[in-house]
Amino acid sequence: METHNIPTRRELFTGFFGIGIIGFGGVLPLVHHMLVLRKGWLTDAEFTELLGLGQILPGPNVVNLSVAVGGRFHGASGALLAFSGLLLAPFCIAMLLVSLYQQYRGLPALQQVLAGLAPAATGLIFGMGLRLAARLERSSWCIALAVATFVAIGLLHWPLLPLLLVMVPLAVTLAWHLQKEPT
Amino acid sequence: MSAMLLALFLVFGQLSLMAVGGANAVVPEMLRMVVNEHGWMTAAEFTALFAIAQSAPGPNVLIASLVGWQMASLPGAAISLIGICGPSSILSFYVAKLWQRFRDYRLCHAIQRGFAPLSIGLVLGGAWLLAGIANTGWSAWLLCAISALIAWRTSLHPLWLLGAGAVAGLLGWV
Repeated sequence: METHNIPTRRELFTGFFGIGIIGFGGVLPLVHHMLVLRKGWLTDAEFTELLGLGQILPGPNVVNLSVAVGGRFHGASGALLAFSGLLLAPFCIAMLLVSLYQQYRGLPALQQVLAGLAPAATGLIFGMGLRLAARLERSSWCIALAVATFVAIGLLHWPLLPLLLVMVPLAVTLAWHLQKEPT
Repeated sequence: MSAMLLALFLVFGQLSLMAVGGANAVVPEMLRMVVNEHGWMTAAEFTALFAIAQSAPGPNVLIASLVGWQMASLPGAAISLIGICGPSSILSFYVAKLWQRFRDYRLCHAIQRGFAPLSIGLVLGGAWLLAGIANTGWSAWLLCAISALIAWRTSLHPLWLLGAGAVAGLLGWV
């Protein structure tokens, strides 16, 4: 049986602070571990649902998730606490890193490090995208939409807003009319 | 100064509401606005900031605060972060409340299914665009491909891959 614990406001802040400070690149698995397995604030099903919501809404997924979780337990103040807990430490660390970069940007060694860091960082995003793509519904309209979006952004460099204005209604309409085969 | 803060807030506030599929989905659009439209920095400078943002812990939105820092130091960084998180957070706070009531409606399912391929296309397209700037030679493409493959197939901590990239760069391999 999954237990359901209600966090206090303080626990919301410290819980998300803990994720912010150790989560490099992919924070999502850490969030799941904390919310469901360690703290028992949400069940697996509730987590999946809130995450899905965070993904279809604009904005950083994990930030959206933190706002939804905080808001569920303690309304607006809970959302604000979870949000600031998540972002406080990473923000400070990023500021520290960028001021070091400003200071030493002329150093050839730093330029070399960045030349290696950037491709590796880009590779991480590819990896995450491929992971998500592997779980995508295997229907022709889904694959066509994913490929079309990839081509428009990656190859044709189209601006995002007009693209979304066309693609979002199209995608929702297709999903509405092309029901999944009952399994 | 305050004109710059307002400009930063407007740029990132717009991006916030376009970031379907997470912050990485709008990195190309951010680059287009920051580099081409406003001329705040070069594409290479932007890519360096992106690499730094990826090396810091936490969500990927930090790229916004680094751009803000570059333009208007600490106030700029704070305004940019609030800009990119604020509008979408307020939206998701209210939608999460509504969703509890309407989650079983057919339209909600259609929205959920329809958005999935879009966000994947956005993430991969964005990665492709960035790779074109970050990867300056065949060795960089190789490093990028290895990093992608490992991140996709294993659950190795991303910090190891970033560390390996940094070392490869320091040794002059990239």
